[in-house]
Amino acid sequence: MQALGFEVLWKGKNFARLMGGLWVALRISLIAVGISLVAGVLMGALMTRKNPLIKALTQLYLETVRIMPQMVLLFLAFFGTTRWFGWNLSGETASVIVFALWGTAEMGDLVRGALESIPRHQYESAAALGLDGKQSFLYVILPQTLRRLLPQVINLITRMIKTTSLVLMIGVVEMLKVAQQIIEANRMKVPNAAFGVYLTVLVLYFLACWPISLLAKALEKRWS
Amino acid sequence: MGREILRIEHLHKEFEGKTVLDDLSLTLAEGEVAVIVGPSGCGKSTLLRCVNALEPIQGGSIFLDGAEIHADPRKLPQLRQKVGMVFQSYELFPHKSILDNITLAPRKVQKRSREDAEAEALTLLERVGLADRAKDYPRQLSGGQKQRVAIVRSLIMHPALMLFDEVTAALDPEMVREVLDVLLDLAKQGRTMLIVTHEMQFARAVADRILFLDDGGIVEEGRPADFFDHPKTERAQRFLNTFTFETVKE
Amino acid sequence: MNADVLRSYLPLYKEAAMLTIRLGLLGIALAFLIGLVCAAVLYCKIPVLRTVVRAYIELSRNTPLLIQLFFLYYGLPKLGIRTTPEACGVSGLAFLGGGYMAEAFRSGMEAIAPIQLESALSLGMTRTQALSSVILPQALTVSFPALMANVIFLMKETSVFSAVSLMDLMFTAKDLIGLYYNTTESLFLLVVFYLLILLPISLVGSLIERRLRYAGAGL
Repeated sequence: MQALGFEVLWKGKNFARLMGGLWVALRISLIAVGISLVAGVLMGALMTRKNPLIKALTQLYLETVRIMPQMVLLFLAFFGTTRWFGWNLSGETASVIVFALWGTAEMGDLVRGALESIPRHQYESAAALGLDGKQSFLYVILPQTLRRLLPQVINLITRMIKTTSLVLMIGVVEMLKVAQQIIEANRMKVPNAAFGVYLTVLVLYFLACWPISLLAKALEKRWS
Repeated sequence: MGREILRIEHLHKEFEGKTVLDDLSLTLAEGEVAVIVGPSGCGKSTLLRCVNALEPIQGGSIFLDGAEIHADPRKLPQLRQKVGMVFQSYELFPHKSILDNITLAPRKVQKRSREDAEAEALTLLERVGLADRAKDYPRQLSGGQKQRVAIVRSLIMHPALMLFDEVTAALDPEMVREVLDVLLDLAKQGRTMLIVTHEMQFARAVADRILFLDDGGIVEEGRPADFFDHPKTERAQRFLNTFTFETVKE
Repeated sequence: MNADVLRSYLPLYKEAAMLTIRLGLLGIALAFLIGLVCAAVLYCKIPVLRTVVRAYIELSRNTPLLIQLFFLYYGLPKLGIRTTPEACGVSGLAFLGGGYMAEAFRSGMEAIAPIQLESALSLGMTRTQALSSVILPQALTVSFPALMANVIFLMKETSVFSAVSLMDLMFTAKDLIGLYYNTTESLFLLVVFYLLILLPISLVGSLIERRLRYAGAGL
């Protein structure tokens, strides 16, 4: 183990610090996911409107956010808006804003897709049974939409967690940054720390995302 | 009768512990047309799929032209070329034109030249009345036309034995005839065929021999006239009765 | 925005964009191959190998590229495996993308009814022949939208290449912002160049997708 540099993790509070870094990343994604879920449902409902102006605007928003790498969006928020609008934005706040904007767009598209996937005759047969608009939405449309939506939303969450690794690049001290610090501090005593520490970071990210992916897969299988 | 094409000895086949075919033996001579009839779920289709090694078998052996089919998986492609199989759902390749559907196997498997394969394909298509559809895609054809193409696709490999698995079951009634006519024509040419069908009139017309399959075994076999007019076993009588309507109003 | 600044930055961005495109396409091509092989292994249910492939897919899909690159670039050399930044970026992208491509191919292949494979086999084709001339062409049509989405996703992922000191677009932008503080111009060019790379891919993709759907090739 000596040669692989894992032992550095057990020195002092190193492992706890690493976990603290993971928590920073997870906190950013959790807040962003929370905002995205709520705003995304509204966004999705908007996107199914027939109004051409609303359609064009929501589409523009979606495509703009989607075509740009998240790194570019982070740069625009962190370096750009602070310059243009003169406000002060911490790396963490900028990250939350960017991921929430991106998540809302993706979530909105998922909601739109799920709503539009319900065949017309489902509405018609609900109406034919004598259900009113609210009832047919609640008992017929919503359950079907949710079954389609939930696995995709869970997948979106893992994507957002993975993407938070990028915040290192705008100076947020998250797990990867802590890892760098640990490796740097032990450069002389544990020259191979980079292997062990980065592998640990990789595994920790995997452990954060994998169970969620499994859940999505299980739900998909059960409901398809 | 000529030389032996197919010999099945004590075939045993099960799905997840449930026996589907039990100690089934059968031989087929060159030029012979055998029609398998029987109630649904009696193992008719499974029998055909075993002959083509699409299903693993749990006991017994199947010989095609003297060679054991389930012996060596590496020899399977070689053996399967000698067996043509036509499925209920046609299974044309939707991404290829009719001509390409037919010439794919001769070119890839038998390494025949494109010109050679296409010339024969067109001759065969002509014979089933579809020469003008060679450039079309499967989705442009009716079910009956697709099934005729599927038959041609098998024929071009010059198989020693043809298997037909309920080839008219998925067709609209008015298209059944055009497909059965092709089969009758093949029988007249002296092809060796093993046919599974629910069309009793057709079975009677085309068969040299009827095999009545029930509960995973051959319960009765005989010449069509004998089988249909004087079935010996009680199970065969009951089966044949399901095809005739007793007078409803007394 | 200052036009002279833009003009003087332009060559730097051009060079960076070429790097992004070159490494991106190479990585995507490799990912395509890896995905194809992995999907074939899963489809044919090859024992042992399929377990390895499954584990690989889970690992590649559930870890961020940035961390994969850090491990490849800073971690592996400690075991004596040294790579150049370019090789590292390409192999990282291929490792990540292979998992995504495999899933796209696999779901396409599984959408084709097994009896199609059987009908190819009963014509005497070998498994390889049946796979390559009957199953795969049909699966490609089904998988196309997912494959195209992966191409765009992977092209966007190249934006973390700067972490292993590759002078790509992100690196150039950050460098220039740090050096000269011309934030607006630097970011403007960054966005423009990414659009120049990504928009054509996206447009061509949806064009082909529409044609496939129109032709109904396969289905």
